[in-house]
Amino acid sequence: MSRIRDDYENCLWRRLVRWMNGETDPFEGKMEMEPLREADYFGDSVYNPDRLDREKIDHYLEDTKKNTEMRAFRVLYCMGSVALCLLLIAVLLLAVSWMPALGDPNGPNNNEVSVRYVEKGMEESGAVNMVTNMILSYRGFDTFGETCVLFIASTCVIILLRKNEEKIRNTRETDWQYEPKPDAILQKMTLVLVPPIFLYGFYIILNGHLSPGGGFSGGAVIGAGLILYVTTFGFHMTQRFFNEKIYEWVKVGALSLYSVTMIYYFYTGANMIRNMIPLGTPGDILSSGMILPINLFVGLEVACTMYAFFALFRRGGM
Amino acid sequence: MEVFKDILLLFLIVCAISASLIRNPLLSVIVFMSYSLIMSIIWFLLESPDLAITEAAVGAGVSSILFFVTLRKLKALSEGGDHEQDSR
Repeated sequence: MSRIRDDYENCLWRRLVRWMNGETDPFEGKMEMEPLREADYFGDSVYNPDRLDREKIDHYLEDTKKNTEMRAFRVLYCMGSVALCLLLIAVLLLAVSWMPALGDPNGPNNNEVSVRYVEKGMEESGAVNMVTNMILSYRGFDTFGETCVLFIASTCVIILLRKNEEKIRNTRETDWQYEPKPDAILQKMTLVLVPPIFLYGFYIILNGHLSPGGGFSGGAVIGAGLILYVTTFGFHMTQRFFNEKIYEWVKVGALSLYSVTMIYYFYTGANMIRNMIPLGTPGDILSSGMILPINLFVGLEVACTMYAFFALFRRGGM
Repeated sequence: MEVFKDILLLFLIVCAISASLIRNPLLSVIVFMSYSLIMSIIWFLLESPDLAITEAAVGAGVSSILFFVTLRKLKALSEGGDHEQDSR
């Protein structure tokens, strides 16, 4: 049995709903400072920022004598922030003072782990580039987590900034001035520059296990090339080869294949099963097991994320 | 090469301080771009070309472009290059 309330309109929930709908202002009449009459601000009935009496406004805004609580809070805020900064500096300096000296033979950077990475890394994973080897095979778990973080970040940006196509079309009149104007020099230079940029990005990704670079660097280069193309030719030209559907397929597909690969590695590693993927001869393009496909997946993921950030900030859609 | 490194480090400090002190947001972002570029050269001299490529692509390229887009959305970039609003 629930209690029947006559003053249903005055209960907390209804007041909250009314406040949410903007019907009532709960702070009205309860503020410490009286709201100024419009005549004090503007002088005339027409709003004109140049005609504002700035001295008067500053006087009203900085009138902390009536509000000692506010003043105390400001002093405490400054003191607290300075104390927090000093504490942070002290903690960091303390942590640095505990670090072992550079080149210390007994330090943790010279123990058996790095020796094993350097000596057996090529033999065990087949990659010539030791950095990629460490990131994608020895520390593959960490990199997998980082890629998931990137995926979640771009998903959050999509949720926050995405507009539907109808809304974009409605705001086109105001947004049109931000679309690129046909600039002959820029377009010719972009046509010359963009293919080498894409080629270089894919080169970095595919040679990630042989030369410096890898999935993240190459993906960032490809994303920068896509952004250059979009700023020159606009979203209509880019949508011919890269629209939202392709974006979703590439992004989700790359992450899924990456996770399947990593699950295979985790499963075989945890259960002491011998890895069945051939390593090949170190130095070849098709070598080092699954590092090459993983690099490709990471690169596609990063390129899509870079482009998506730009497109969503700029236009609110792909 | 040591002198070159010292000059780069000096530029790095100058860029870092001026990027935070410049009032005009457009100039500040451009100085920040040059900071990233110098940082990528320093990464290369410190024998980590992986980081140099990433720094050049992300630091000098993509993040600066995102800054520009955000400033434009906020209408913080003045048209025609006059700095009357910023110098106030």
